[in-house]
This record gives sequence, C-alpha cells and structure tokens, in this order.
Amino acid sequence: MATGLFRRAVSRVSTPASKLIRSRAHASEAQAQQVEAKAKDQSKMKTFSIYRWNPDNPTKPQLQDYEIDLKDCGPMVLDALIKIKNEMDPTLTFRRSCREGICGSCAMNIDGCNGLACLTKISSGASTTITPLPHMFVIKDLVVDMTNFYNQYKSIEPWLKRKTPPPVPGKEIPQSKKDRAKLDGMYECILCACCSTSCPSYWWNPESYLGPAALLHAHRWISDSRDEYTKERLDAICDEFKLYRCHTILNCARACPKGLNPGKEITTIKHLQLSTGI
Amino acid sequence: MVSSGGAKKLSGMQKQVLSLYRGFLRAARSKAPEERHRIESIVSAEFRRNSEAVDRKNFVYIEYLLRRGKKQLDQINSPDIVGLSSLKVASASGTKP
Repeated sequence: MATGLFRRAVSRVSTPASKLIRSRAHASEAQAQQVEAKAKDQSKMKTFSIYRWNPDNPTKPQLQDYEIDLKDCGPMVLDALIKIKNEMDPTLTFRRSCREGICGSCAMNIDGCNGLACLTKISSGASTTITPLPHMFVIKDLVVDMTNFYNQYKSIEPWLKRKTPPPVPGKEIPQSKKDRAKLDGMYECILCACCSTSCPSYWWNPESYLGPAALLHAHRWISDSRDEYTKERLDAICDEFKLYRCHTILNCARACPKGLNPGKEITTIKHLQLSTGI
Repeated sequence: MVSSGGAKKLSGMQKQVLSLYRGFLRAARSKAPEERHRIESIVSAEFRRNSEAVDRKNFVYIEYLLRRGKKQLDQINSPDIVGLSSLKVASASGTKP
C-alpha cells in the first residue's frame, strides 16, 4: 500500500529518478492498481454550505451548497475551499495564506466552532456549514472586518518599553532562560481572532471589552522581564470593561487553534492587579 | 439620503450618514484648495449616487457602506494623504481613496 501510494505520487513527474523508482516499485504494482481502482470506484461526496454575501449585489446573505468529492480533495477544510474556488465558483471569497496554521488568515466558523480552516480536518458527516467569524462585520463572503480587533491589539502597546538604556549600549537586553519560559503559552498567539469572536462577553461589548486575544498579549508584555512599564500596563487595563468583562467562560481556550489558554492568562492579570494594588 | 424639506425628524442611520458626509467635507478642508474641490465633488457624487441607487430599507448594505466610508475617512484624515481620485468600473463600484 505504501509503495503504491509512493508510486502514484511520483508517476506524474517524468524525470529519470522517478522512472527508477517506478521500476523498483514494480513488485507491488498489481496491489497498487487494486488500491487505485478501489479509490476510483467509491467517490465520497460531501456538501459544504458556505455563507455568501456580496456587497456589489446587496441581497440578503445566504448559504450556498457545494458538493465535493472527498477522494479528490485534501484532508483539510481549506483544501476544500480552495478546490471550490479553483474548480466550481471563483467568486467565493476568503482569506488564506500559509495553509499551515502560522498566519491566522483563514479563521472562520466551521460547523459552529471557530477555527483555522487549514488546521481543521473535514469531518466525516454528510455536510459541513462554513460561516464567517461570529459577531464580526462581514466585508464579503467569509472575509470579516478586523479593524476593531487590531485597534484593540494596538491599544495595549505590544512593544518593548524601557525606562533605562540596555546594559550594553546598542546591544540587546539579555534574559534568563527562566524568564523566557514565562512567555511560553503567550508568544505563540497569531491573532487569528478565533478566541475573541467565540467569547459571548466580547459579542456584547466588542468596543469596550478588549477580548481574550488582546488581553493575552497584554499579559505577554506584562510578564516580560525586559519590559519596565509593568505597573503602567497593569493600570492601563485595570478597567471594569477592558479587563473585567471576562467572566471566565473559557470559550477562548476551547476555540484556540494553537492550543493556548487566554482565559488563564486573564485570570493571572487579575491576580497581579490584586497583589500590586494593595 | 434624505430630502431635507423642513423640520423632518431624521432616523439614527440618516444622522450617521450626514455626519459621515460632514466628516468628509471637514477632512477636505485640510487639503490643498484644488484637491479640496476635487475631493468634495467626488464625495458628493458618491453620496448622491448611493442615495438614489440604494434602497432605503436595505439596512445591511447601508451599514456596510457606512463602515466602509468611515474607514476611507480615517485614511483621508491622515496628513500623508494629499488627494483623492476615483476610478470608473463597469460594475458600478464606489470610489477608493
């Protein structure tokens, strides 16, 4: 089976090397052909219902169905979306870039759960519903307006702020391994907005509540040993709305495609404020 | 969006549209006189076109246009932006700063 798959993967390329491999894989050729025949026989159709809204033709938003043969498609939801855009409907609009979960562009709501399309496997059910991130303004189809989200990130001043110059002028500021370890679980955040848009508290106060993603980054800079504005940062977000709209619902931790826990970091900020405030 | 004939009460959305329009005029004032005139004519043409083309009950679309307009206004308000030009596209799409 494995050799069969290998043979199929290289058979399209007609270089001398691939010919060599082909002849070597000859022993299991018959078996491989069987596998191929099986794959061709049973096509596995699946319906994708995708949210559509086009600002140039402003009617009511609707779900459009696309039928896809899973046997002829990659394993991830993003593969299906790209296949639809390439072969069925080029007007389908969505953000995507790295297709490996590092850019955070393809965040969307898949079967009711927020996630990155490139990291979510196509489920085995008969149909899948794909909608834009909930409670965000739609620009077109699956593309949402992230202005407010990015402005909130900007408002926590996500950069290193120092009161004193670095120990060696013109050089970097050293950090112990232990201090660096404190940033694990926070620096990985890619700002895909899956957590913030899954938070009911954020749905009701998107303007005033900073949301799990921005607060996670706030804590990332608060706990950075090199940053000297810890107190100011804590004071800046100590607000009934900005921070304390978090009611530890923890939808953020469930939604995060990178496996982080923004809810825990927010709780840590609250503890820090209690211990420094008195 | 509204025929201002006398003391007619404006809806919240109509007020938003008018304040957006006023924002554009105010932003145009900070540019060079020649550009100011051009910005004003493009903006007023765009508002007038949408006031006729868009159904006044199509709230989803009007809200979308408001958000887009606000974003464009933020861009124009930046001192780095010196002017505005528009592009005629066959499928009747709007102006882009």
